[in-house]
Amino acid sequence: MSLALEALSWILIVSGSLFCVTGALGLVRLRGFYTRTHAASLVDSAGAGLLLAGLLLQAGWTLVAVKLVMIGLLIFFTSPAATHALANAALARGLAPDAEGEGVPSKR
Amino acid sequence: MLQVAILTILLYAFWVLMSGFFTPFLLAAGFGCALLVAWLAHRMEVVDREGHPFHLTWAALAYWPWLVKEILKSAIDVARVILDPALPATPTVVRFRPRQRSVVGLVTHANSITLTPGTLSIEVGRDEFMVHAFTREGAAATVDSDMDRRVERFEGSA
Repeated sequence: MSLALEALSWILIVSGSLFCVTGALGLVRLRGFYTRTHAASLVDSAGAGLLLAGLLLQAGWTLVAVKLVMIGLLIFFTSPAATHALANAALARGLAPDAEGEGVPSKR
Repeated sequence: MLQVAILTILLYAFWVLMSGFFTPFLLAAGFGCALLVAWLAHRMEVVDREGHPFHLTWAALAYWPWLVKEILKSAIDVARVILDPALPATPTVVRFRPRQRSVVGLVTHANSITLTPGTLSIEVGRDEFMVHAFTREGAAATVDSDMDRRVERFEGSA
């Protein structure tokens, strides 16, 4: 593998990991159900996407690469559906999106 | 019928690539399985333009790269807010009327909104979308957006 590809691959993997850590941090720091869902979506869209792209470059033209693409497509189609179902269920159960304390940040 | 044929070919390609077996017997057995599944799906009448929108393939290949770019842009915005010590999140709810008329178009628009970090479709209907946004700016950008128009063109290209 050429050095440029190797470097690009690691940039993608590291930035994907950073998005995952940031999403996890947001999940802890933010207050309110809907606001936290945004932090979680950072992990499964940008985090997982960039990680998979980086791993794809590591795999090269192999069957492993095809499987990584399939995992990516699966996440691409199912994760928004799952997130929407979760938010819609919360709404159906009567959790108002602009409830009190929703926008108040936690200090730590 | 064309739909069933495409489904069979896609299922078979999927089987071959996932299994990695290339002996003649297994290749034939895999094809038999793909045929059987496609036939069952045909009998169940789940192979239609809505469930298998193959006619949108080219439009999707044009739309997805734009969507990926949008996802990365808003991911950086959301990450910046989370990492900011002041945590300047301004959660906002907006309601608006989407331009799409087909079910596939509406689902694509709602999924694109949810997939983009910082915006989340809570309730989706033909006449109204209810979207929760991480920041006030994000909420404003969802109404009558570029995404709305792009998905309208995407579904219209069928």
